[in-house]
Amino acid sequence: MKAFLRVAWLVVRKDLTVEIRSLEILSTTVFFAVTVVLVFSFGLIKEGRAPEDVAAAILWIAMAFAGTLALGRTFDRERQNETLRALLLAPADRPALYAGKLLGMLFLLALVEVLLVLLVGLLFQAPVFSSPALLIALLVSGSLGFASVGTLFAAMLVRARSRDVLLPILLYPITVPVMIAGVRGTAALFQAAPDEVMARFWLALLLFFDAVFVTLALWTFEPLMTD
Amino acid sequence: MSRIKAILVMVAAMFVAAPWIINAAPYESTMGLVQKIFYFHMPSAFLFLISAIVSGVYSAMFLFGKKPPSDWKALAAAELALVFGTITLVTGPLWARKAWGLWWVWDARLTSSLLLWMIFAAYLLLRRYGGPGSDKLGAGMALFGMANVPFIYVSVNYWRTLHPQTSVVPTLPVSMGGPLWFCFAALLLFFLTMMSLRVRLERQRAALERYYLSEDNP
Amino acid sequence: MRLCRALVCALVLALPAVAIAQPPAQQPPPAQGEFVPLSQVPPNEQIPAFTLVAVAYGFVWVVLIGYVWTVSQRLQKVERELSNLDRRGA
Repeated sequence: MKAFLRVAWLVVRKDLTVEIRSLEILSTTVFFAVTVVLVFSFGLIKEGRAPEDVAAAILWIAMAFAGTLALGRTFDRERQNETLRALLLAPADRPALYAGKLLGMLFLLALVEVLLVLLVGLLFQAPVFSSPALLIALLVSGSLGFASVGTLFAAMLVRARSRDVLLPILLYPITVPVMIAGVRGTAALFQAAPDEVMARFWLALLLFFDAVFVTLALWTFEPLMTD
Repeated sequence: MSRIKAILVMVAAMFVAAPWIINAAPYESTMGLVQKIFYFHMPSAFLFLISAIVSGVYSAMFLFGKKPPSDWKALAAAELALVFGTITLVTGPLWARKAWGLWWVWDARLTSSLLLWMIFAAYLLLRRYGGPGSDKLGAGMALFGMANVPFIYVSVNYWRTLHPQTSVVPTLPVSMGGPLWFCFAALLLFFLTMMSLRVRLERQRAALERYYLSEDNP
Repeated sequence: MRLCRALVCALVLALPAVAIAQPPAQQPPPAQGEFVPLSQVPPNEQIPAFTLVAVAYGFVWVVLIGYVWTVSQRLQKVERELSNLDRRGA
């Protein structure tokens, strides 16, 4: 167990170190997320008023789109620098590699989401500070669900043809429950009178999804990545 | 092979006979003639689900057992899932247009079926365009799709029922059992024979590949 | 010369856009807020049930036969290739 955590932490540290030097993925992902929010705003706002629940929807959609791009680019960087083979050859538990990659992706998503929440609160007057604990819990568990499946698929697809478009094609249908639960839970919190009971229900579903899919991903990472 | 052809001819004959058998069934009181679509729609939906589960099971067997025949069966079942899913998703709205006045409603069952269909469409796209190694990737994808089915159903269900309900799929009266089982039997036979045929296709393709590989490396 | 051609292309492409961009003559009818149960759909919007059933039945046939056909085509192609190789090689 300790070895597992140590390997995972080493992978996270490596990714963070590389990222901090260039900040490429973080800055472009953040800016892309902002662009998505704007595009959707222009599409949905009529006469200066947004339809109900649109703030929550845009938040999660922007996370999904930005997250997909970030996933593709993280593994692309590994492939281009041929470090993926080095990782796989390392005498490390494969699932630990997966966990490390997942944690790195979660960290990136967390940074993007902080900005998204503030932006959405600003643009749509959404009460983002009304139930901060529940909102954070929803975002964390939703991002975990999305990233757990996404990291696995992105790793799987790194050597496949048409991988850029195949990742969203494969990822979005599988993560629909995450999107539904995330949007509905967040929308319940963004109402004039926040519905915490509803939000807690969706949070429970998200946590259950996370438990099942992180386990499944850890279980299948080894057979999927062997060549 | 000739046995497969014989069974297929029989299935075709069953389908030709189907309208007469369906016509003999009593009319449903509120929906009249259009309810007859149900005799194709429900068996298709059922076989859609069965094909999906079969594909998922064989995918898991392939991932952990690594035997190619499991992969062939997973692929065959996935194609058949898409066939039956397409039939279900087209005959459903055709029925709904008359029964509910709408082509599509975002009700739990329809939405879940659409999502499952998309998962299998994605699986087939991956197998077709993913390049080498996509058999294992596809197996992973199918496994995740299967694991997802309960989540899809629960989340879509609660996503829908917290809004006003627009319609409910009617329950089946017993007197219409005969034609239903007839259609179900026909489609089930179709499923079994096409699985067998499609697996044979994969087996022959693998033999061909082995041939070419052995020619390259004598 | 190339600039000339580019300008002509741009004009040709822009022309339909200019033609379409007239302000709408009248307001479009208000969208339907919720679904209308069967009994209240006006008669001219109803599709005869027989058409729907026939289309459904026909579609099922098309899909099933189409699938059998594609599988048999692919199978014939592969088996032909295999028998060719058998004849040539062994």
